[in-house]
Amino acid sequence: MSIKLNSKIPAGPLDDKWTRYRQEMKLVNPANKRKFDVIVVGTGLAGASAAATFGELGYNVKAFCFQDSPRRAHSIAAQGGINAAKNYRNDGDSVYRLFYDTIKGGDFRSREANVYRLAEVSVHIIDQCVAQGVPFAREYGGLLDNRSFGGAQVSRTFYARGQTGQQLLLGAYQALERQIHLGSVKMYPRTEMLDIVLIDGQAKGIIARDLVTGKIEAHSANAVVLATGGYGNVFFLSTNAKGCNVTATYRAFKKGALFANPCYTQIHPTCIPVSGDHQSKLTLMSESLRNDGRVWVPKKLGDNRHPGQIPDDARDYYLERKYPSYGNLAPRDIASRAAKQVCDEGRGVGPGGRGVYLDFSDAINRFGKHKIEERYGNLFEMYERITGENAYEQPMRIYPAVHYTMGGLWVDYELMSNIPGLFVIGEANFSDHGANRLGASALMQGLADGYFVLPQTIAGYFAGQKNGRYPNDHPEFRKAEEEARSRINKLLSIKGKRTVADFHRELGKLMWDDVGMARTEASLKQALKRIPEIRHEFWENVNVPGSASELNTALEYAGRVADFLEFAQLLAYDALEREESCGGHFREEYQTEDGEALRNDEKFSYVAAWEFKGVDQFPELTKEPLVYEEVRMTQRSYK
Amino acid sequence: MNLTLRIWRQKNANTPGEFVTYEAKDVSPDMSFLEMLDVVNEELMRRGEEPIAFDNDCREGICGMCSLMINGVPHGPLPQTATCQLHMRVYKDGDAITIEPWRAAPFPVIKDLIVDRSAFDRIIQSGGYVSVSTGGAPDGNTLPIPKDDADRAFDAAACIGCGACVAACKNASAVLFTSAKISHLALMPQGKVEQDRRVLKMVAQMDEEGFGACTNIGSCEAACPKGITLDNIARMNRLYLKASVKSGLE
Repeated sequence: MSIKLNSKIPAGPLDDKWTRYRQEMKLVNPANKRKFDVIVVGTGLAGASAAATFGELGYNVKAFCFQDSPRRAHSIAAQGGINAAKNYRNDGDSVYRLFYDTIKGGDFRSREANVYRLAEVSVHIIDQCVAQGVPFAREYGGLLDNRSFGGAQVSRTFYARGQTGQQLLLGAYQALERQIHLGSVKMYPRTEMLDIVLIDGQAKGIIARDLVTGKIEAHSANAVVLATGGYGNVFFLSTNAKGCNVTATYRAFKKGALFANPCYTQIHPTCIPVSGDHQSKLTLMSESLRNDGRVWVPKKLGDNRHPGQIPDDARDYYLERKYPSYGNLAPRDIASRAAKQVCDEGRGVGPGGRGVYLDFSDAINRFGKHKIEERYGNLFEMYERITGENAYEQPMRIYPAVHYTMGGLWVDYELMSNIPGLFVIGEANFSDHGANRLGASALMQGLADGYFVLPQTIAGYFAGQKNGRYPNDHPEFRKAEEEARSRINKLLSIKGKRTVADFHRELGKLMWDDVGMARTEASLKQALKRIPEIRHEFWENVNVPGSASELNTALEYAGRVADFLEFAQLLAYDALEREESCGGHFREEYQTEDGEALRNDEKFSYVAAWEFKGVDQFPELTKEPLVYEEVRMTQRSYK
Repeated sequence: MNLTLRIWRQKNANTPGEFVTYEAKDVSPDMSFLEMLDVVNEELMRRGEEPIAFDNDCREGICGMCSLMINGVPHGPLPQTATCQLHMRVYKDGDAITIEPWRAAPFPVIKDLIVDRSAFDRIIQSGGYVSVSTGGAPDGNTLPIPKDDADRAFDAAACIGCGACVAACKNASAVLFTSAKISHLALMPQGKVEQDRRVLKMVAQMDEEGFGACTNIGSCEAACPKGITLDNIARMNRLYLKASVKSGLE
């Protein structure tokens, strides 16, 4: 029986929906808020801002993170900035324009009403963060500075040097610490959610493991919020932090929450290439480098000369050749695929041949070294720290890497999944970016969800709730606790020959080769055959040393990789089913003559929401049609 | 290259620890320091032994989770570089490297190289914020802030809370960390309203956690991976004195 999805989009004109929703929504009496317990899992931008705001409103909050402090979450690594439709530049920006850019950037695969609300709320985020003391960049007149980002035609990006994510996260972290001090939030650091608990079909708590003592505990609440980020680490190598994982959202999926659009994965073209088998993660370098760098590879196969000794006529500036009008500034997905293509031909550079040159010598000759240093000094320094090479003297080597995942748990307009009482915010949900996210929009969505959207919409759920909170020794909690415990014991008892990282690396390579930047029916089918084989071997031959009753990093990692080994299949199913190319999903069979993504709006203008039917069983697809009332769908062109 | 590692192993907070020697073979100069430890751990696990536990997450020098005292220096030999950004090309074949956890009473060892830094969170809880709740904030541009002030506030706010300053200090003082947050907020008009309360409470919390006093040696600044400077400490002391006099406490 297929699930009937209700996106709960309010009626009325697009620009009035959110206002009207708030006018009509049910509220919880201030004296009653204390009676509601909310669990927030994950304390990045979305989770920390939501937990703090719930606390301010008067709810009882329990917040969980696996790191040693909420200040560590990977939102902290975001460099570029945060978009907001303030129109401080007087350059024609508006809520509508930010909305339209986001819908178009998402390749027309996101919900109009959600995206419009995001653009509307964006302006309040900046005000809130300024009030918190976030040190945004300023002009000499003392007002907030803006820059244009990711090819936008207006300057709407607010920033704090190259560390905007850090400063916004610290703002949310401080707001959260204030609530902890006031007693409205209880924080559980170094604690990992292992499962979600449903009673009568509603989310009523979680099972979590104290990573220091190993103790498994049930936590009961009136609602559960997942703010656990994306699943980029299914590819093993990505720009995500080492700890980022899919466990929380995948566990919810196994309990009946629908997973939407898992195939939408964003690949970033300017990352530092892999240097060897020891590689543990990839480092992103700001895309702005492509403003002054020229991308090239040798024309001839096997031309192993030092780049400085390869004359200009033996170089293939392939982006300039293929996309004369956009050249080196071609969009992320196009630049990424083009790099893969030349490396597949065997013309890649550097160790392993998976890299292309990003050459600044022309820019240095034109503007002088000091100008380039002024623009990108910190990036050149970071590059040298990691590679040991001086990019003023020889070209940088870059290669694309997985960066962000647009898919996530399906949520309605209120950010609630199809499981009553289970809310999902930030990168963990699917809602706002469609098939592709624009630069400086991840921070915006995380904080919009956490500060302004969910704290309002959750009241409607509480106001209508009949059953309250259950004691945490309810049989459903006991059962879930037992399941979590036996899974851990199983992982520890296998005592095989291969390490967890060994399996993760194998899975990641398969995913990158067959389900990565360019997918085909054949590659996806091959991946779908191989993934279960790797998983079966994992459960027979993994070696997890140590015990369950202590800090055990190998055990934590094993649990996460075990979930990636199931989730990978879901991602591949979705990619196989979506017989079109759009945004972060490229199927080689579906491209224009120029190699551009070819959407099929007639057949695939829907959200693909998948329901778990058992491990190795094909999940069941429910389609949420995407209806565009306000915008007209167009095809991108960058020729 | 081949290296000899002397690494602190400690089962938990209640068990005494000891140095154990490991050989790291065929280390590539392109590896990061933590990747070198990953490789050592992989080898240990293949032999069925428990891996060396160390904190890490973003591996791009910004989350502040990684630590490690490397040959007696927090985050190792390179200036303004967190352990995760340190690469093995700074070492040569045959080198011996001693790796320890942060050593400070308020940072008890949890296991091996992992310590408990929750005292830092409690210092922030005591006042490291502007007390504004979500909603009702005025338009961001109603409050002009001189660019130089915003830039200096940012310099202080760049602290990643890793604890290297405490580990480097012979008194295990947390003044660089605490003063960085006090400075960040004091340099902006938003933070001025609660300035006196904040400095008194955060310093009191710092003392309560058992961090030592500052004796102006400056090893904290030298160890800081983000270049947080000593003038923040001077600013904190000034603000503390002013607030103390005003409140009539001393």
